[in-house]
Amino acid sequence: MADAAIDPRELLPPDEPVHLLDPDGTYHEDPEHPIDLDDAGLRELYRLMLVTRKVDREAINLQRQGQLGVYASCMGQEAAQVGSAYALAEEDWIFPSYRELGAALVRQVDAAGLLHLYRGTWLSDHDPYKHHFGLMSIPIGTQALHATGFAMGARLDNNPIVTMTYFGDGGTSEGDPHEAMTFAGVTRAPVIFFVQNNQYAISVPLEKQTAAPTLAHKAIGYGLPGRRCDGNDVLATYAVTKKAVDRARAGEGPTFIEALTYRMEAHTTSDDPSRYRTQAELDEAALTDPIARMRNFLQQRDLYDTELEEAVEDQAKEVASYVRAGIYDAPHGDPMELFEHVYVDPTGHFDLQREQLRSELDAGQGEG
Amino acid sequence: MAVTLAQAINQALHDAMSEDERVLVFGEDVGKLGGVFRVTDKLQEKFTEDRCFDTPLAESGIIGTAIGLAMYGFRPVPEMQFDGFTYPAFEQIVSHLAKMPNRSRGTVKLPVTIRIPYGGGIGAVEHHSESPEAYWAHTAGLKVFTPGTPEDAYSMMRAAIAMDDPVIFLEPKRRYWMKSDTTLPVQTEPPHRAVVRREGTDVSVFCYGPMVRTAMEAAEAAADEGWSLEVVDLRSLSPLDTPTMVASVERTGRAIVVHEAAQTLGMGAEIAARIQEQAFYSLEAPVLRATGYDTPYPPAKLEEFWLPDVDRILDLVERSLNY
Ligand SMILES: Cc1ncc(C[n+]2csc(CCOP(=O)(O)OP(=O)(O)O)c2C)c(N)n1
Repeated sequence: MADAAIDPRELLPPDEPVHLLDPDGTYHEDPEHPIDLDDAGLRELYRLMLVTRKVDREAINLQRQGQLGVYASCMGQEAAQVGSAYALAEEDWIFPSYRELGAALVRQVDAAGLLHLYRGTWLSDHDPYKHHFGLMSIPIGTQALHATGFAMGARLDNNPIVTMTYFGDGGTSEGDPHEAMTFAGVTRAPVIFFVQNNQYAISVPLEKQTAAPTLAHKAIGYGLPGRRCDGNDVLATYAVTKKAVDRARAGEGPTFIEALTYRMEAHTTSDDPSRYRTQAELDEAALTDPIARMRNFLQQRDLYDTELEEAVEDQAKEVASYVRAGIYDAPHGDPMELFEHVYVDPTGHFDLQREQLRSELDAGQGEG
Repeated sequence: MAVTLAQAINQALHDAMSEDERVLVFGEDVGKLGGVFRVTDKLQEKFTEDRCFDTPLAESGIIGTAIGLAMYGFRPVPEMQFDGFTYPAFEQIVSHLAKMPNRSRGTVKLPVTIRIPYGGGIGAVEHHSESPEAYWAHTAGLKVFTPGTPEDAYSMMRAAIAMDDPVIFLEPKRRYWMKSDTTLPVQTEPPHRAVVRREGTDVSVFCYGPMVRTAMEAAEAAADEGWSLEVVDLRSLSPLDTPTMVASVERTGRAIVVHEAAQTLGMGAEIAARIQEQAFYSLEAPVLRATGYDTPYPPAKLEEFWLPDVDRILDLVERSLNY
């Protein structure tokens, strides 16, 4: 099915990652990566990143209060997630890992429902078909195949949608993303592999994860263009993803994108990062904060004022408190639902076990 | 008309693809070649490469993309070329295929039928004769079917593809060339029902897949000794049709389970447990098991010593009757 041979040089990642915004907000125009957003769109990227950060912070607080069992923060990765997800059209699909709160908020997934996984009430609690946003995936990298299969389906169906899947630098070592890239390359499925290289897989730094010159180089072996961008620069993540989306929608096939970012928080709330990284490293990373950078840019463009900041802050607070309420109020879960949705067409072979639970519950109620 | 089990499955795939254009068949060598056992013969010719296609050689990739295709709205029927090569896909099957409908509280349906030629007896090389059914039957969210006759192969395959639940469809490869006099299409009992293939009064023999024929031969031979065996073809390993098993034991008072897979924690263990839980007072003897040994599947020249056969079954019949 592969079309005319691809020039291997076109697959090579550029020497420098695409970078459009300096930390002080200075914008560098790049004709290869135009920004097709109006002022409202630019503000929207800022708003989404700030809301993501507030909800993320709220989730960490909720975990500390014992309301969530564990939580995997995306602090520092807001630009990578928001910029890339914003480059998709509404009908395009996202297949996330467990860290994509920012992408979920772009998709207007109910964040309280999303956190049920971490609360332990339900395994997942959003309808993927409503938001075109797949279930969070805990086994590393496996979702890359679901995104690829879905994209293969869309292509078979002549449906011009694109899928995008997120995984981490650690995920690039797993087998499934490689099988996914093999399938995507061969079938030219409209799928984008978006890697957030946040420098660590739990405690393992990138140099212990791979000997490849960059993660984007891995794509070449599958016939995919490997692209790189500054993952803390929301305009760069947006523009590079947009290009990949246009390419996929035009039937030109999949793209692999490596976004260079930094995980500012612990891997999860159960992690102790002081064992494997220094305060100096963190201090340096803070200088590249994606949200401050975008604020500086908006200021330079006169798109930022206290009114905007207040509006966005208020909204962020509102969403955060909505999430808190949603978590406090989450029903504990009806134990009898254990037996629901295991099969579409259950043939009654666990009737006895269902009855057992029912009678255990009845007995418990009797005592109470 | 004489139809082989392989032809029956081929016809089932053909008919399902004709009736529903969302049915897709894919895997390693299923296209031009028609599968290493020719089970997908001519499907690509008839339905084009869009609907019957060769995939890269990547089992996790085959099942993982089947999940994505099913989420999109197709009804994938992926093939695993051999039982021993399903293991690379194990994670996709148990972590996602089996669980996603439940994790999504029913919003995601995954009507995927995974075809796996399984079991020994064909003199194959290593990794081509495994019986991994217990892994699948142990996994909630999967249905596990295995036909023992060409009629069932056709009918159960059609039912599996029509189902909205994921199905592991185990094809007894040494019976691919077994013939029945039948005319397709044929509709047999629903797959979740066990079927009494031969009525008897002395001992119930529970079997499935490749061992159905072996058990029938054992029943034939037992008759010469004056023993009457009832042969129950389980057909579905998940769910297991416990009422039919229990009713049979209540009639005969004795039970033997036959399967190729190794004994420890095999299907026989579950069947024996259910029988003693629910038919304890009917039992005249312990439930016995004629199975493969708890060793790796042997080299081809030794498989006849490993696989359960008529003699191994008859020895157990005698033991049961002498109890
Ligand atoms: C198949 C698998 N192996 C191990 C784990 C345990 N684990 C959870 S997260 C993680 C690190 C993942 O790192 P990376 O892919 O870089 O993503 P990040 O957490 O940095 O977003 C590991 C080893 C897992 N979830 N799945």
